[in-house]
Order: sequence, then structure tokens, then C-alpha cells
Amino acid sequence: MKVVLVDDDEDDRLFFSDALQEIEINTDLREFNNGQELLDYLSNSNNQLPQLIFLDLNMPVMDGFECLKEIRKDPNLQDLVVAIYSTSSSERDIEETFVNGANIYINKPNKFEDLKKTIAQVVRRNWQYQENALEKANFLFRI
Amino acid sequence: MDFILTYKANDVVKAVVSEQLDKLAIPFRFDDFGHLLITENISEEIRQKMVDVLRAYNIVLSKESRNSLVDDIKNAIDDLIYSKEIRTEKISVYLSKKLDYSYSYLSNLFSEETYTSIENFIILRKIERAKKLMLDGLMTLTEIAFELDYSSVAHLSGQFKKMTGLTPTAFLRILEKRKNNTLN
Repeated sequence: MKVVLVDDDEDDRLFFSDALQEIEINTDLREFNNGQELLDYLSNSNNQLPQLIFLDLNMPVMDGFECLKEIRKDPNLQDLVVAIYSTSSSERDIEETFVNGANIYINKPNKFEDLKKTIAQVVRRNWQYQENALEKANFLFRI
Repeated sequence: MDFILTYKANDVVKAVVSEQLDKLAIPFRFDDFGHLLITENISEEIRQKMVDVLRAYNIVLSKESRNSLVDDIKNAIDDLIYSKEIRTEKISVYLSKKLDYSYSYLSNLFSEETYTSIENFIILRKIERAKKLMLDGLMTLTEIAFELDYSSVAHLSGQFKKMTGLTPTAFLRILEKRKNNTLN
């Protein structure tokens, strides 16, 4: 499964990629520093679209809120599964991102084992949606 | 000049398949049994191209029986969820009768192939159906719970929360707001 992580914090990215490597489903990870870098990548038609995007909210240049809106504006990208991956647990952020088209909302876990468990759950659930061609528009998952 | 050809059919087939799949940029590998594994999701269009191009060499792709049994399990589950009939037997009994395998065999196979248990898959499918029925807006939650064979609305809501992290009400509110968002 092609997975993308957009996060400006290098330590968080390392933590994430280590955890992702340990789950049962094989993934291929690509990392970006901010929303603009992701959009540049997605808009190049030579690049294969990922099956799952983990998107941090607070980032310089272009934050996750803005990036999510831009993704959903593009008809070619509407089916992409976007998981918000943030330290914020504010109900307002959760509701706002869901309303703007996020499929999954994850509170960044602090412990490695928790992160591994969370990522495994999200990747597995996403695999089920892709594999069984379930309705992406109805795919909402808060974890 | 005439020659006698000596070759290993499996190696020839692998070479042809590798060449053609590379041309289509389909990521793949062969497992120890010589089965072809496509390692990424591919579009229906590309899949059809692959089938066509290999057929030109008389190579036919057939689904492995393990996988087709998994599909049979999924179809049987869907039949169950979408049928109007009132079910009296346990799901394990229903599946093993319908597919003619022991439930433990089906259950192990399913978990190995799909990263989830049959029980979890049934819940996933039921909740997906509940979402559709909720969005249709033609039935109350009580009616949906009855339709999907839940003992009570609380039971349905509980499972909905467990699967999505949201209450049915929050789910509906979000999708309603989304709709208004795109209309504006």
C-alpha cells in the first residue's frame, strides 16, 4: 500500500516510519514537510497516487486544514483517503476536518507501542475499504 | 537448419509475464508456488489490459481457490445482511452449511487473507449498510436496528461507535454539513 506522511517535525516522521515498518501490511512510505509539497507531488500526473495520506495539521507554508481543502477541491483527488494526524484533540478541529472531507482523525500517540497499534488499525481499515470497494464518502473513523 | 527446443515452461511463462507486466508498470512478484502476486492495487482498466495482453500468449489468469473461497464467504455474508429473511441459526452454522467447509477452516482462511476476522467483517458490512440507510433518511434508527438484526438501538449505536469512533448522530451531522459545504 502506498502511504504518504505530511509532517514538518523530523522526529515525528522518524517515529512514524519506524512504527509503520513493524505492522503486518506491507507499505511504501513517502514523506513531505508541508501541505504544499504534497500538493506539488499529487498534481504531477507522473506520480502514482497514494492509497492513504497521513496529514499533520500545524505546519509552516501550508497547514493541514488548507491542504485538505485543496485536495477535496480537485475532482481527481476526491477519492483519496486522508487521515488527519495531529496532537490536537480539540472537538472543533475534529469536526472541522471531518466536515472538510477528512476520512480519519488520529490523535498522535506518545508511546511507540500505541502508535504502532493505531497505525496498524488505520492501515488495516483502509485496506478493507480499498479491497472491498466500500464507499469512501462514508468512510469516517476517529481513533 | 532445424532445432529441437528444450525449455522449462514455467520459466518461459514467468519471463513473458514479467516482461508484459513491466511494460504496464504493474508492481508484482512470484511467490514460492509460482503464483503471481500483484503487490499494489491496480485500476480496473490496467487489470483488463493485463488480462488481454497475457491472453494473447494463451496465458490465462485464474483466481486462486483460497481467494475465491474468501469471495464466497464475503458474498454469503452480504446475502445474509441484505436478505429480509429472519435468521434462526448462528452465522457460523449458516456459513459452514452454505459453503460446505467447517467454520474453523473458513475462519482461519479468512483471517489469513484479509487481516480481519469473519466476525469483524460482518460488523464492518453491517455498519456500512447502517450508514447508507441512515443517509437515505427513510428509516428511523430503531427501524434500521431491526432491519440489521440488532437486539436494540443501543446495540447498534454501540457497535457503530466502536467501528467509527463516532455516534450515529455525529456521523449524520458531519455528512449533512459536508453536503451543505459543497452546495455553498
